[in-house]
Amino acid sequence: MDTFIRSFAFMQERFPLLLEKTGQHVWMCAVVIAVSVLLSVPAGLVLGHLHRGEFLTTSISNIGRALPSLAVIAIGLGFIGLNFTNIAVALLITAVPPILSQTYLAIDQVDPDTVRAARGMGLTPAQVLLRVELPLALPVLFSGVRIAVIYVISAATLATVAGGGGLGDIVLGQATYGIEGVVAAALWVAALALVSDGLIWGLQRLLAPKGLRVSGVGRGAG
Amino acid sequence: MSQDPSTAPVGAQEIVFDRVVKAYPGAAAPAVDDLSLTVPAGEICVLLGPSGSGKTTALMMVNRLAEPTGGDIRIGGRSVRDMDPIELRRSIGYVIQSAGLFPHQTIADNVATVPRVLGWAKKRTRERVAELLDLVGLPVNEFGGRYPAQLSGGQRQRVGIARALAADPPVMLMDEPFGALDPITREHVQDEFLALHDRIRKTVVFVSHDIDEAVKMGDRIAVLREGGRLAQYDEPRTLLKEPADAFVARFVGADRGLKRLSLLRLSDLEPAAAGEDSAGLPELPAEATLRAALSLMVAQGTDRVRVRGADDTRLGTVSLDAVRKAGAA
Amino acid sequence: MSDQPVLPDYGDPSPCVADNASFCTDWFTAHWSTLFWPALAEHVELTVLAVGFGFVLALAAAVLAHFQGWFTAPASFVASFLYTVPPLALFQLLVPVTGFSVLTVEIALVAYSLYLLFTTVLTGLREVPQDAVRAATGMGLTRRQILFRVELPLAVPSLVSALRITTVMTIGTVAIAAYVIDAGLGSLILKALQSPFNTLFIGSGALAVALALTADGLLLLAGRLLTPWARSRRNA
Repeated sequence: MDTFIRSFAFMQERFPLLLEKTGQHVWMCAVVIAVSVLLSVPAGLVLGHLHRGEFLTTSISNIGRALPSLAVIAIGLGFIGLNFTNIAVALLITAVPPILSQTYLAIDQVDPDTVRAARGMGLTPAQVLLRVELPLALPVLFSGVRIAVIYVISAATLATVAGGGGLGDIVLGQATYGIEGVVAAALWVAALALVSDGLIWGLQRLLAPKGLRVSGVGRGAG
Repeated sequence: MSQDPSTAPVGAQEIVFDRVVKAYPGAAAPAVDDLSLTVPAGEICVLLGPSGSGKTTALMMVNRLAEPTGGDIRIGGRSVRDMDPIELRRSIGYVIQSAGLFPHQTIADNVATVPRVLGWAKKRTRERVAELLDLVGLPVNEFGGRYPAQLSGGQRQRVGIARALAADPPVMLMDEPFGALDPITREHVQDEFLALHDRIRKTVVFVSHDIDEAVKMGDRIAVLREGGRLAQYDEPRTLLKEPADAFVARFVGADRGLKRLSLLRLSDLEPAAAGEDSAGLPELPAEATLRAALSLMVAQGTDRVRVRGADDTRLGTVSLDAVRKAGAA
Repeated sequence: MSDQPVLPDYGDPSPCVADNASFCTDWFTAHWSTLFWPALAEHVELTVLAVGFGFVLALAAAVLAHFQGWFTAPASFVASFLYTVPPLALFQLLVPVTGFSVLTVEIALVAYSLYLLFTTVLTGLREVPQDAVRAATGMGLTRRQILFRVELPLAVPSLVSALRITTVMTIGTVAIAAYVIDAGLGSLILKALQSPFNTLFIGSGALAVALALTADGLLLLAGRLLTPWARSRRNA
């Protein structure tokens, strides 16, 4: 228990340091998530719209999930040495599969009758995708982003291994910061993950169409 | 809007299926085979058949959700092949079994879909939505802001019809639109649609697998057999009286005589003068069907019913014999 | 990186080792039985222990939640909380309590595995066709008999897919556990970090990846063998 009390003292004393490392951590994760979303969402949208590539997306998702981040970083270290590319690749391998596979699933699962009605009314393929399929897919799509964010925040603590900075510098830096520093930074990372998860959940509630949340309410009224 | 023919309100148009074939690659037999029929402007044509008879495929070729592999379909004399599929679909109302409403949009937004993609002014769209929702008995003030999940099955289907009518299309395609409803609701929505059709007079192609629905809704019925071949195309009365072959006879059912009676009303017959002995007879309104009259006579063990006109006037009596003759005519 | 022999304590360096080339097969095979195999075995052991415990706990919780609806919300809240906390942080937070021990590692691994196991198993139980349950009730089976003879067997596909995901994730997490205990393939990676030695990096990294992919494939196969009925329906 003593360690935990001292870790709070550490937080007070080294607040600027924690803040700086948190900044690095968040920046690193934000860039990776942004790049992953830009890479995976359009691909998932198009594949899901065409109902093609189920094997491809599930394979990428299965393999991506099976690749241990530390092992990927280690293999990268062996081939290309200590640099940030390593970390970036490892984090992208972590983030792309859940976003890609959930985006694909989300679009693929939209009720085919709804899509047929939209096409039958003369909506263009782009209108069908953007006005009907995408809004209906948002909740599932967001669940993919949420998983990716949790994984990336977690994996980013390993960035320190390849000199990538972030809170991992302290979590894995017992020699420099002592056990109280390690515990303080671990608490900080945990809080960061929980807060980010909550924020994305909130964003999802905000963006997800209201009509999807009212099922069963006031049925058959009037 | 007048320069764009697909958006201008147009009267009903004739639909012609001309030797239409649809063969899916890899399938042994075509889904629709050499289908030729003409749906006169303003009429309801029911495509009737068992599953696998290609009726939905035939329907989807009209708005080019499926492309014919042979033959041609013409609407108002124009081949659908010569029209841009998107433009074509915007000029055709389309209603499907589950209504296909967009669950993330309000009822009003759902109905406004086609006017919006056609670029109508906001005010015009709003007025049209209100008019249509009124037409199907779901006033916009009460229902416009609700989501599909907040409506009953029958209400959702009525929204589907309103949405299909939004751009005042000359042609409507309905794919088992009432198939998912319970019998009582279905009957009700069918009646409502027939009343609506009397006012709007669109050309309607209606897919069904239910002979009773077909007899009730169709001005003409096209019976399709497996493999998408036309077995018979006739008015309901003729179809029931003279089935073209054993397949049609089996499909319309052994009770087709009774079904014919349900197409006729007491008011279609000349009632005999009611004598003094008519006092104890069962009574029916003039708009009752002959089938109901027959049923009542059998149940009550009589051979006549009394016919009641509007304002409770007595029009006379109809006998079992008269019913039988009418059914055989 | 360096022209000097990098790991003198691992014996006389071959030219490949001396150059620290990307991967020296001779060094890898020479140290297979003393270095790689033991680490691989430890890795498997830690994984099996964690997934086994996690599975039993999650299964019990899911069955309880299936019978007692109120238990679902608190259980999934706790599980999702533990799942959201990065495992490395969880390891370090446990160290002051349970020390640099296998116990610390296993507690964190089990905690991390609960969420996916619990939610997937519970979903599997809930998606059992109600008709099957009603028919079983009608035939006079007790609630317990229905659970063991109808619901759990029908939920096997979800059980297996939950095990699959959890196992590969745990294999990845065990690699990180090397920061707490000197065991598993992760500890070889950390050793290689101290004086960058490429063969050790790639050898242990590739072994971890191979282990995860093999486990994934084996569990997929096991799932197919366990659920012949799902297969025949697929083929029909």
